[in-house]
Amino acid sequence: MAGAVDTSKGLPSHPERATLEGKNKFLGFWFFLGGETILFATFFGTFLGLRGGTADGPTSADLVALDLVFIMTMLLLTSSLTSVLAMFAMKKNNFKAMMIWMWITVVLGLAFLGFEIYEFHHYVVDYQFGFSTSAFASAFYSLVGLHGAHVAFGLSWIIVLLIRYRKSGITLTNAPKFYVAGLYWHFIDVVWVFIFTVVYLMGVGG
Amino acid sequence: MADNLSQSFDKSAMTEEERRHIKKEIRKQIVVFALMIFLTLMSFMAVATDVVPRSFAIPFIFILAVIQFALQLFFFMHMKDKDHGWANAFMISGIFITVPTIAALMLLLGVNKI
Repeated sequence: MAGAVDTSKGLPSHPERATLEGKNKFLGFWFFLGGETILFATFFGTFLGLRGGTADGPTSADLVALDLVFIMTMLLLTSSLTSVLAMFAMKKNNFKAMMIWMWITVVLGLAFLGFEIYEFHHYVVDYQFGFSTSAFASAFYSLVGLHGAHVAFGLSWIIVLLIRYRKSGITLTNAPKFYVAGLYWHFIDVVWVFIFTVVYLMGVGG
Repeated sequence: MADNLSQSFDKSAMTEEERRHIKKEIRKQIVVFALMIFLTLMSFMAVATDVVPRSFAIPFIFILAVIQFALQLFFFMHMKDKDHGWANAFMISGIFITVPTIAALMLLLGVNKI
């Protein structure tokens, strides 16, 4: 398998798909992302169906602070750019730059997660807006929480990769792993675009 | 031959042309990023201020979200690249199923509101 890859001139220009294993990971991961899209669609559909059912509890217009959501959006968008830059560094065989961009991505992601935990805590403590307050509350925590869980999972994944391969340089084994983790991170960002539109902006604006 | 799987490289096999191409690509990604920030600002502005009429605000932010969705997929996730045929096939079938899923859930749950 790997014997078919010409490595005599240096790192192949597409290290993430130079080996058969890399190609399979790439293909399988996109298949998974197609399925994830549908998973999130069910949560979005549920939220949209139930968002009027506030049962005299707080509505989203009562809860949402737009400035906080704006900061969270900026953090996640920027982290998407830094992971793109990490992948370009990988293709150029610049291991140090890739690690630095990936760590920046992790830090931005952790900041995002911190804000989200603060937000949930704030809702529960200051507004008595718990998971079982209303149908809207359940749908809200399920959808935003599912996204938050994805962020937490993605962060642990990237951190494990960064520690495991901290000294190895870019190889044909770890290049596909970093690439796929990067794709996962972008997908999280894509979902957030719809969350801030559907959950937060729509909640405030109409 | 399995050895070179865990071997790091001291140089890249990229040709000059590929290098130029990647430079151009990075510049493009940064422009796309600026565009995404701009779209996000617009949608927050549309809701926070009265620049966009109230009745049009919701469709407006949805259009912006869909544009941003496309930018992310095509540029950041490279779906525009030529070798992404299967990636496109998987993702598009996912999105294709998404639409009736959301519509059905909205109708089912929304109509039977308690």
